[in-house]
Amino acid sequence: MSTTSTSNPDQRPFGPASGAEWRAKHPHVNYLNADYGIKSWLLTLDHKRIAILYLVSVTFFFALGGAYAIAIRLELMTPAGDLVQSHTYNKLFTQHGILMVFFFLIPSIPAVLGNFLIPLMIGAKDLAFPRLNLLSWYIYMAGGALTFWALLLGGIDTGWTFYTPYSTSFSNTYVVLAGLGIFVNGFSSILTGLNFIVTIHTMRAPGMTWFRLPLFIWAHYATSLIFVLGTPVIAITILLVALERLAHIGIFDPALGGDPVLFQHLFWFYSHPAVYIMLLPSMGVISELISTHSRKNIFGYSFVAFSSIAIAVFSFLVWGHHMFTSTQSVYAGLIFSVLSYAVAIPSAVKVFNWTATLYKGSISWDAPMLYALFFIGLFVIGGMTGLFLAALGLDVHVHDTYFVVAHFHYIMVGGALMGFFGGMHNWWPKITGRMYPEGWARFAALVIFVGFNLTFFPQFLLGYMGMPRRYHAYPMDEPLWQVLHVMSTAGASILGVGVMIPMFYFIWSMRYGKFAPANPWPATGLEWRTASPPPTENFKVTPVVTWEAYEFRPIEEMKVVGGDTPDAPVAGENPLTT
Amino acid sequence: MTGLLQQVWVPFAPEQASSFAPEVDALYLYLTLLTLFFSVGISLAIVYFAIKYRRRAPTEVPRPRAGAIALELTWTIIPLMISMTIFVWGASLYFKLYRAPEEAMEIYVVGKQWMWKFQHREGQREINELHVPVGARVRLVMTTEDVIHSFYVPAFRIKMDVVPGRYSYAWFEATKTGKYHLFCAEYCGTNHSGMGGYVYVMEPNEYQAWLSGGATDSPAAQGKKLMQDRGCATCHQEDTVLRAPALRGLFGSDIPLADGSQQRVDEDYVRRSIEEPQAQIHQGFEPIMPTYKGQLSAEQLLQIIAYLRSIGSDTRGGGATMTTTEGRAGGTTTGAGPVTGGIPPDTQRSNPVGPTTPAAGRVGQQPSSTTTGTGQGRRAGGGGANSNR
Amino acid sequence: MATHADTLEHGGEAGHHTGHAALQHHFDNMEQQKTATTLGMWLFLIQEVMFFGGLFLCYIVYRTLYPQAFQAASSHLNWKLGAFNTVVLICSSLTMALAVWAAQAGRTRRTQVIFLVLTAVLGFVFLGVKAVEYTDKFNDGLIPMAGWFAPTDPHTLQQWAGINIRHIQMFYWIYFAMTGLHALHMIVGIGIIIPIIWAAWRGRYSPEYYAPVELFGLYWHFVDIIWIFLFPLLYLLGAHFGGGH
Repeated sequence: MSTTSTSNPDQRPFGPASGAEWRAKHPHVNYLNADYGIKSWLLTLDHKRIAILYLVSVTFFFALGGAYAIAIRLELMTPAGDLVQSHTYNKLFTQHGILMVFFFLIPSIPAVLGNFLIPLMIGAKDLAFPRLNLLSWYIYMAGGALTFWALLLGGIDTGWTFYTPYSTSFSNTYVVLAGLGIFVNGFSSILTGLNFIVTIHTMRAPGMTWFRLPLFIWAHYATSLIFVLGTPVIAITILLVALERLAHIGIFDPALGGDPVLFQHLFWFYSHPAVYIMLLPSMGVISELISTHSRKNIFGYSFVAFSSIAIAVFSFLVWGHHMFTSTQSVYAGLIFSVLSYAVAIPSAVKVFNWTATLYKGSISWDAPMLYALFFIGLFVIGGMTGLFLAALGLDVHVHDTYFVVAHFHYIMVGGALMGFFGGMHNWWPKITGRMYPEGWARFAALVIFVGFNLTFFPQFLLGYMGMPRRYHAYPMDEPLWQVLHVMSTAGASILGVGVMIPMFYFIWSMRYGKFAPANPWPATGLEWRTASPPPTENFKVTPVVTWEAYEFRPIEEMKVVGGDTPDAPVAGENPLTT
Repeated sequence: MTGLLQQVWVPFAPEQASSFAPEVDALYLYLTLLTLFFSVGISLAIVYFAIKYRRRAPTEVPRPRAGAIALELTWTIIPLMISMTIFVWGASLYFKLYRAPEEAMEIYVVGKQWMWKFQHREGQREINELHVPVGARVRLVMTTEDVIHSFYVPAFRIKMDVVPGRYSYAWFEATKTGKYHLFCAEYCGTNHSGMGGYVYVMEPNEYQAWLSGGATDSPAAQGKKLMQDRGCATCHQEDTVLRAPALRGLFGSDIPLADGSQQRVDEDYVRRSIEEPQAQIHQGFEPIMPTYKGQLSAEQLLQIIAYLRSIGSDTRGGGATMTTTEGRAGGTTTGAGPVTGGIPPDTQRSNPVGPTTPAAGRVGQQPSSTTTGTGQGRRAGGGGANSNR
Repeated sequence: MATHADTLEHGGEAGHHTGHAALQHHFDNMEQQKTATTLGMWLFLIQEVMFFGGLFLCYIVYRTLYPQAFQAASSHLNWKLGAFNTVVLICSSLTMALAVWAAQAGRTRRTQVIFLVLTAVLGFVFLGVKAVEYTDKFNDGLIPMAGWFAPTDPHTLQQWAGINIRHIQMFYWIYFAMTGLHALHMIVGIGIIIPIIWAAWRGRYSPEYYAPVELFGLYWHFVDIIWIFLFPLLYLLGAHFGGGH
């Protein structure tokens, strides 16, 4: 039995021009070739197609946000504000933040990989509410369109944090329009989270007990809790900012008896848990990658599972650690600080368990695994520097400096983005039915790793030296600052090239990549027990689960199990059986 | 231990120019070492495992392994304990940072898009530059005219937001003469990165010389004059109860309100009483005062506060306006003990300029000021050495 | 030893149960569909609680800061109309519960329709009373927007003497935001109940399938409960009953 696939061009899942003709010849009907035409995509109720819609849209916002990041880094190469004007620079970092946070990082893994994989992993035909799922995408696009419109009209300069009273009474940019986009987008998150929770509760295949679920599912369950409980608060908060701006009702305006710091409480009540919306799904992905590519069951499964829930719960209790210098009471500061350490512990538990899983494993160096290993290293640095920021007396110095910028980029890029890229590589064969080019993928992973560290490590040093964030220009009399900024800009260029390489070879592989067998790695999840790409309703017969999570069996057996599901290509076409 | 903490030096840190700086750096060093330990340790483990257990045959499947409760508990409890040490250390530092000492010279700070405005007790005003004497405890009373800003001096390791509609406070004790960056750390609009300048830490005698150059009335005197000009005196008198309580001794005291509750007369209460006079009426007085909202600038409000404080019952800053420990070079307490260089506001202009060292300064109005500075051993030794040049 | 592939085949044709006409293709049976939709509705309501929660937080903060102003401002609300509306909503909850019962117990479609229509009518009554109240506030100059807030009623102004008008205004925007958001939920509810009445008239609901009625009932009760909180918090701060002055 061969693990390589044939490359007969007639077998392309994307098919020749006439879909009907191709289908007549090839009985392997999958979700990609089941129907053709733009309408079949825009009105689809298939969770897998909706995931693809999300993938295309988040990629657009990621590219736009990335372009802003490059502009920011170019400006900071010199201490003087000479590339763009201050007003423009402020728009650049604001729009970078808004696009990356609300329109890329938050939907990236849940809406793309989560949407695609949750029903497959639990053995369901679809999410519980397919129409709601499609509606979520349209809501996301509507929110994105509103915000994008605000950018086209002239942009917004409040910072992604919308701090009052600057955002309500002073900024003369398109705050309401951009805020409305975020408000609308929030309902996309809420509906997605609701859909996931219901699906995980009610749609599991027979035998798929809670403790047989992949950790990816646990992580998404925890994420969905935050979606449902946190997002409504940011929605009402943004609505109040818009009301304040339009009607001047006075809620955040001290001149009218309002309290501007109340906004910060409301904002961070959502926006700190939102950090875990971005991170938890990535942790779920990493658990899958580590297990699959070391062929080992995750060490301490239940600890990793419950740590996700613990993170979600604790994340709602720590918002005040963004406000240690905001005139909130020192006693509130104490409580938020100690709770912030509490939320660090489950993260540490995950890291130790992942590392322990590697011990005596069979570790492949495929690209998904490289991303997973990079994730652990970078997440340790990102997480540990979070301890600096939660230490009250030290935070006073580093708050609102580049130290914070470096810290959250280690979490957001080093954590969430690594997870997204690793996950995309791992499930690309399942999504498209094609393998990506492994050599290029490893190279890209290395470039991203190097570029990332070169970009953000110097920012820790800059921050401790006192460089405040959101500065268009910085003092000329600190020569070392410029050296570090130039390093950071150089790193950003490398990182920019690095993230573009996968975009090229992914698109290339859709036409020229090797055919993917049903279970290429092989891995243990249910999603690998149906054809690549899966048929429209995922499984022709509902699977019955009789094994534990991450239960590896002899490799040949696993591959056959994956390849022989009723929906796999018939003999002669299945690369595994030829 | 504390002596050791002052010796720490960390790379890529701004100068240590305040009494907090070495302590903050020590905590930073502790955390950096912890981070190095864990990140290098875990990275090495990963690299070692990835090489040692690399896949040698495509069909290789290792034996599954059960979890280990003991191990899980170990790596839950040990990080928890370590993080609690960080928490306690950080919290104790935070209390020092935000608990201003009883005796400190007070400087009034107003943030405004996009500049910092300062006024010293003696009347000297500055914009985007702040001159302070070395070795003195300085307490900042801060507010803003528009949006939120944040007062940040990296070399002092202090930062505090200024929020419209309320007063915030910060304090520091500079330990080293020099010129240090002053930033606004909270994004405040177009020219946010231009909102800053320098803090100049000077020898006390140079500071005195600087102060007397072009000084105007003290803020307290200006406040008093302002209240006369605006006709406040028809109701508010220093020593006579007219239609309002007498002003002397009012600031810093607790007064009964109309609804029976007690209220401490502080900066925020004074401001409220001017802007919303009906809100919290002193018991036994009629609510007849009209609002002065929008008629007084943030600086004028601070001047009135300074005036009320100068005749108030609050000891903090009321007497010794400048506190130093310069007389204790080498850590031995000379007979004089901590010496106050306070200058009663009204006599400020006649203050002799020149060779006056703080040791020659006069004692403030409040007897309690003589207790200043005991327990000042934390200060870096270098600070004291600067004094007697 | 059986492979997993074997067990997969024994899984059976779970998807091909003969189901009710309302069974969606991706559910195995009606029971699963009902569990899923009910859980979904509960999660939606939890989301709603958090949404209103932001406004309740604002209420708590500002009422703590300005207790007297809130008491005085509240005294100008028409507590009698508020109480009437409370009774109206409680009655509508009752008719809604009866509508669910009628569908569940397999009563005639006429019974179902009567209870549903009663619920809708009571909803309209509530909104009508609300409209009257809003109009009164508008006529009294109590619209809390910059440049609009100018109370005209001399009696009220006398009551409010000595209280910062800004804080009164603060109360009024919270009043309008909370009751406005609540009224919006009522309008949405009436918008949903109309197709449900239509489906009931067509005889769609039976003891086997009445999920839409039941889920809408959950939503309607939730909207009522919000009002049960809003009424005392906004209308009954004590000033009406001599507790204030």
